[in-house]
Amino acid sequence: MRPFHYEHAADRAQALKAAAAAGANVHYLAGGTTLIDLMKLDVMRPATVVDINALARDHAEVRAGAEGLKLGALARMADVAQHPAVVRDYPVIAQSLDLAASPQLRNMASLGGNVLQRTRCPYFRDTGWSACNKRQPGSGCAALNGVNRKLAILGVSDRCIANYAGDFAVALAALGATVDLEGPAGRRVIPFEDLHRLPGETPHIETDLKPSELITGFSVPAGSWARRSLYLKIRDRQSYEFALTSAAVALDLDAAGVVREARVGLGGVAAKPWRSHEAEATLRGRPLDEVSAQAAAHAAFAGATAGGQQAFKPELGRRTLVRALLQARAMEV
Amino acid sequence: MANDTDPSHGSSRRGFLTGGAGAAAALPLLTAAAKPGPPHPPSGTKPHMDMTLSINGRDHQVSLDPRTTLLDALHDHLGLTGSKKGCDHGQCGACTVHVDGRRVLACLTLAASLQGRPVTTIEGLSQSAALHPMQAAFIKHDAFQCGYCTPGQIMSAVACVHEGHAGDDDAIREYMSGNLCRCAAYPKIVDAIREAAPQTAKLAERA
Repeated sequence: MRPFHYEHAADRAQALKAAAAAGANVHYLAGGTTLIDLMKLDVMRPATVVDINALARDHAEVRAGAEGLKLGALARMADVAQHPAVVRDYPVIAQSLDLAASPQLRNMASLGGNVLQRTRCPYFRDTGWSACNKRQPGSGCAALNGVNRKLAILGVSDRCIANYAGDFAVALAALGATVDLEGPAGRRVIPFEDLHRLPGETPHIETDLKPSELITGFSVPAGSWARRSLYLKIRDRQSYEFALTSAAVALDLDAAGVVREARVGLGGVAAKPWRSHEAEATLRGRPLDEVSAQAAAHAAFAGATAGGQQAFKPELGRRTLVRALLQARAMEV
Repeated sequence: MANDTDPSHGSSRRGFLTGGAGAAAALPLLTAAAKPGPPHPPSGTKPHMDMTLSINGRDHQVSLDPRTTLLDALHDHLGLTGSKKGCDHGQCGACTVHVDGRRVLACLTLAASLQGRPVTTIEGLSQSAALHPMQAAFIKHDAFQCGYCTPGQIMSAVACVHEGHAGDDDAIREYMSGNLCRCAAYPKIVDAIREAAPQTAKLAERA
């Protein structure tokens, strides 16, 4: 690991000040489960690390009320996954957290850090490969014709097919959450869907965060669909594994089982936490059944580009979404 | 196990291992010294930081490079070699310790980030001369072969019980999935945890 300057921030103001003073090559440290790992691999090379764990005093709240769910960025994954109000009122969020990583990692990882976790693309993580546009802009993409079975088929470009590997962010995208940010220029709130960028020509720019901007929390609106929601994760082994495909779904059904409102997110398959507005539009106003679920799944993957080892992925993704929708319909809420 | 630290035995097992490791490491160290070192710290970087590590109820004043993980601090600076380095990337669980009573991975925790929070390692798990019930159950059920992952398995298992995730075999398997055992002693690990769970739940963790 390369040497770095370590700063401990006692509060938000100190963190922002330290990060702004450190210049461009600075990273905030919370749980460290991504950052320390990638620093050991020499993929991330910060000159300064600002430890923000003390901010948990002010930014670790988990509050469910009439206006929705408020989550502090320094809340730990395990605490939110087990929170009774989250389990009861936002099952898709609780499940997306509980099915991620391992108990140790969930105890460590903060929500803010979790949504910013980097891709698991093997060519990004291994500096022995020279071609990675995300790691070294302009160097190429070894994954296009390489081991790409686990990589993205939605939102990709000819520069990068790295997938977004997380789960919680997929639930946030599906539920139309917003994210609270604070930086040198002050506070702002943006739709969570706009936090991550598609790779396009610049896969090394992954988010819309400004230099030294800090995630302080998340807000999930209290929708009529939130209780009838779930996260279905399909993977190579049953536990402690990233998604091959996943679906975050939330449904508001009328007494006859017709969809008043639907929320659909997809994980494992896309370049960023993916919300399928196409699937949602397909479901709206139709009875939720095998036929409409299939139609939604086909709409969700209509733009998929599967190359190399990925031929199985669109079909697995469609089946994952169909199963998730039918399971959500069967929920008693 | 008690013989390890019993001075009446003349040369302890731990002392022997430490001495042996030092002699065996001499040649590789010379080889490593020939390689180019890491680049100089960015200007303004302090080479070492003074900090207090609270391990198993005892405070230790240490001066460490900011890059030092809790795992390396335990091994290289405090002589606590029970927590094991398997992958060193948060994937295997061999380095599992408790911080503030919660199980975490020592290999992904910077020592500097602890800020004095209490750490419990396998060496501090039992609060008496006797083994912790989970340790005793692992021995009784032969829940290991090579034993390298065992300290992490036991620390994780104790936390698993305290979290309320050891109610049935499925829960134990799911909530122990962060600890890999390449000898595949999994069925016996589940047996050990199931048996030790009630007694473990009754024991208050040392803060």
